[in-house]
Order: sequence, then structure tokens, then C-alpha cells
Amino acid sequence: MRNVQAVLAGFGGQGVLFAGKIMAAAALIEDREVSWLPSYGPEMRGGTANCSVCIGDDPIGSPLVLAPNVLIAMNQPSLDKFAASVQPGGIVVVDSTLVPDIPVIDGVNVFPVAATALAEENGYKGLANMILVGKAWAESQFCSEETLQAAVKKCVPAKRIEKLPMNLAALKLGIDA
Amino acid sequence: MAEKVLMKGNEAMAEAALRAGCRFFFGYPITPQTELAAYMSKRMPKVGGTYLQAESEVAAINMVYGASAAGARVMTSSSSPGISLKGEGISYMAGCDLPGVIVNVQRGGPGLGGIQPSQSDYWQATRATGHGDFQIMVYAPSTVQEMADYAYLAFEKADEYRIPVMILADGLLGQMMEPVVLPDSLDLEDLPAKPWATRGHKNERPHNIADSLYLTPDALEGLNVERFQRYDVIKRNEQRAETFLTEDADIVLVAFGASARIARSAVVEARSRGIRAGLVRPITLWPFPTDALEAVMGTAKAFLSVEMNMGQMVDDVRLASNGRVPVEFFGRTGGIIPTPVEVLEVIERINQQTSEKAGA
Repeated sequence: MRNVQAVLAGFGGQGVLFAGKIMAAAALIEDREVSWLPSYGPEMRGGTANCSVCIGDDPIGSPLVLAPNVLIAMNQPSLDKFAASVQPGGIVVVDSTLVPDIPVIDGVNVFPVAATALAEENGYKGLANMILVGKAWAESQFCSEETLQAAVKKCVPAKRIEKLPMNLAALKLGIDA
Repeated sequence: MAEKVLMKGNEAMAEAALRAGCRFFFGYPITPQTELAAYMSKRMPKVGGTYLQAESEVAAINMVYGASAAGARVMTSSSSPGISLKGEGISYMAGCDLPGVIVNVQRGGPGLGGIQPSQSDYWQATRATGHGDFQIMVYAPSTVQEMADYAYLAFEKADEYRIPVMILADGLLGQMMEPVVLPDSLDLEDLPAKPWATRGHKNERPHNIADSLYLTPDALEGLNVERFQRYDVIKRNEQRAETFLTEDADIVLVAFGASARIARSAVVEARSRGIRAGLVRPITLWPFPTDALEAVMGTAKAFLSVEMNMGQMVDDVRLASNGRVPVEFFGRTGGIIPTPVEVLEVIERINQQTSEKAGA
């Protein structure tokens, strides 16, 4: 997938904004056109959070994605809100540990991944977001795998550098899921 | 070339300001601009400058006034309601011919309005930031790169013309991240001298005064006339605009900032459908880039101003056209971001009308 219009959505604290940054950082490494836009406002305090990521070869127009071709949904309200807007041929990656009701969407490939359960089983608590990004990458190939890993290295802050191996391992879990 | 990094627009403006030699920042938190102040609070002490969260926007702009009078490169930032509060101070700065950079990361209004992106402070920025006969320069960046570039340039122009300069952004641009190449840091020693600054005369020269109170009408009129002569120079030399596919365009969209990004997408889509559309993107809102519009006046059959407000810049497009080319408007307001699809629909309707007129 060369042109990505992604929405990543979930509860505040699940790391959807960070997961979006990984995608944006990967695009930057490959010198693509890229934008990242968070939702902002009162809904972020304990409520739902989402971000839009656009990756392409032409200058990005509106950074706000209204019809995604990649949707990562980490809770039920997010899937319910964005499912119908996904473009035909697009992909939806859902954390099936947290989302009980996963619909069939005509013309869209839906990939349920029990990301939260997988993360906990492997000792990567809180890294379900990385698993889902890994899966979304595996199904869309929006950059090279090497670039994706480099993006994770770039985004994990220096003061949490001890978390980097876990982030990379969780990413790999998602890629193989 | 320097490394490309991903940054939020708000942070890019802050970092560029520091690199332009800004060593004083006075602000007050308000969504969606707060990241700029937060970034300054972290970085400013590291470059030996002063970051201060004032008790109000009114206090902050008056601190800007003071630091500027003392010759410093100084910035404040806010969002729409906060800029209204700064209006009095900006007028005083204009009356004292003081430079300074003011960032407005606009949100929907009027009143407290909302917190989502808007361009509804165009009139305020270009017509009446405060009371009295004055203008400020206004830059309208459209990308995170431009937010850095024009925040940097704003300090240079503010000093060159001794004028307050505004960066008119919005919540969309402030919050989004894009790749940006940051400008090089200026050495404070290399900044232009400010012989007018009130830094103490040590009995070596007559004292300087930064004041906007002139009780003698002749004196006040004289200063206003002199200031407007300077504005004429700015109008001649400082207009900036980007044009996109305008050479053969029948329908010329005019849009700035975030809405220009959407307008550009709509132009690309219109072209793919065989409609000759183009875009003039004002980068300076004051001075308004009338030269760029003049350049297409002979070929354009219609202008379409696309804005995130109820129709404000469209006034300047009409003034530039002066009846020669019909001017249409499309806008969304309240924090709604227009979509390329809805702009395209308007382009198609105008195209239909102009083709019918040509056929009649």
C-alpha cells in the first residue's frame, strides 16, 4: 500500500497516538510525504482518543482522515464509530480481546488480533498497540520491515530506552499474528 | 542540509523562534496552542532566556511590550479569545513602533466558541487587532515547515519595520505533525542594532521613550502618516503568495493556511475531471498579495475563496478584483474542516455557470 490514510482509535492511555507516530516516523525515514493529526479536546480525558496518519507521494492535503484505508481499533466505540467509513479494499485491525462485537464489512478485510491478551501472555503489558501496528504493517506493507523497526527505535524516548526490546518484540508478535 | 524531524506545528514555531534569537516568551495556556508555551517552558531556560506564564493574556502582552521596548526578540502566543484580550497591548505596541511576534492558533468563535480549528480571526488579524489607525504584518503558514520558516522570518521583519507581526495558524496546523527542517540558530551578536531601545542612556545620548500617548493632534497625525508611509513600503515589498496551476485556470481558488491544503486537493481533483482550476494561496494576509491576484485577473473567469469561517478573506479578494472577476465563497465554520469533495462540488457548479455564460 503506497498511499495510507490511517485512523488509529481507542481509549486514552492505550497508546494509539504513539502507534500513529511509529507509522509517521517510518514514512519520514523513507522520505515520504506524511502527516499525523491527533484528536484533541475534552474527549481525550479518560475518553476515546484517535489520530489520523497520511502517507503518500504527493503533498498531503487535509491531514484529517475521513475515509481510512487502514483502521486500527482498540475498543468497541472506536470500531463502531469508524467501521462504516473504511474505504473498499481497506483493512481493519481490531483488538479482539477488548472488542467483542466485530462486524463483517463488505469489501473490507477485517483482522481480529487478541492483542491485549497476547501482550499480557508474553509479558508485554501495555504494548497491545505495538502488536496491532505490526499486524497493520503485515497486511499493508506501507514501508519496509527494517524501516518499521527503525521507526520504533526513533520513537521510544531515550529515558525509556530499556523498553525498546519489548516494543520491538511486541511489534514482531503482531507481524507474525 | 539539516535533518528532517517530525514536529507538531506548535512546537516547530517555538523552536524556530528560539533559533531566531527569541529570548523572552510570555504566555497563558489555551487550547489549541498550549504545546507552544509548554515547549518554550522546557527549552527557553536552556538557551538562557526567560519563559514566564503570566497571570493573564493582558499581562503577557504587556510583558511583550516591555521586553520589546528594551530591545529583545520576544514572542507571545494564544488562541482566538486570548488574542482578543491582547488587542489593547498590540495597539500600544503599534503606537510605539515596537516589534514583537504574536502567534494565534485559531479556534472557532465568537466568544469562547469551541476548541476545534477555525480561520475566523482573519478580520481581526488584518483589520482590527486593536483600536486605532494601524496594521500588523500577518503570515499564514500552511504546513509545519512554513510554521517554522515564518515564525523565524517574523522576527526579522518585525525588527526591520518595527512592527508587531502575527503568525495566524489554527488548531489543525498547531496540532499536526509533519516533517520539518529547522532553520539554523542565529547568534544574538549578529542581530540588528536597536538604537531606539530603552536600555539606559548612561548620560551618553538623549533618552529613548517607548510611548503611544500624544496629546497634540499635529504630533499624533504626523506619526500616523509616517507609519502609513512605512506600511506602503511593506505593501510593495512584503507580499507573499504561492500559485498552483493558475496559468490557464478558469476558476481560481483563493485559500490560506489549513483551508489551502484542502483547496489544493480539490484543484487536483477538478483538473482530473477536465476543469481548469487553480489556486492562489496568500502567505501574507497583510499585506494581502494583490499582485498575485492581479497576475491572473486577465485569465480567471471566477474566483472562489475557501475559508474556515463565514466569509472574511473574500472581502480582500473582492477588493482585489474590484468588480472585474466574479467572486464566490465557500466556508465551513465552528471547528468543521471542509472536505475536498464539498469544495469540488462548488468548483463544478461555478464551472457549469461560467461555461453557460461563455456559451450564451
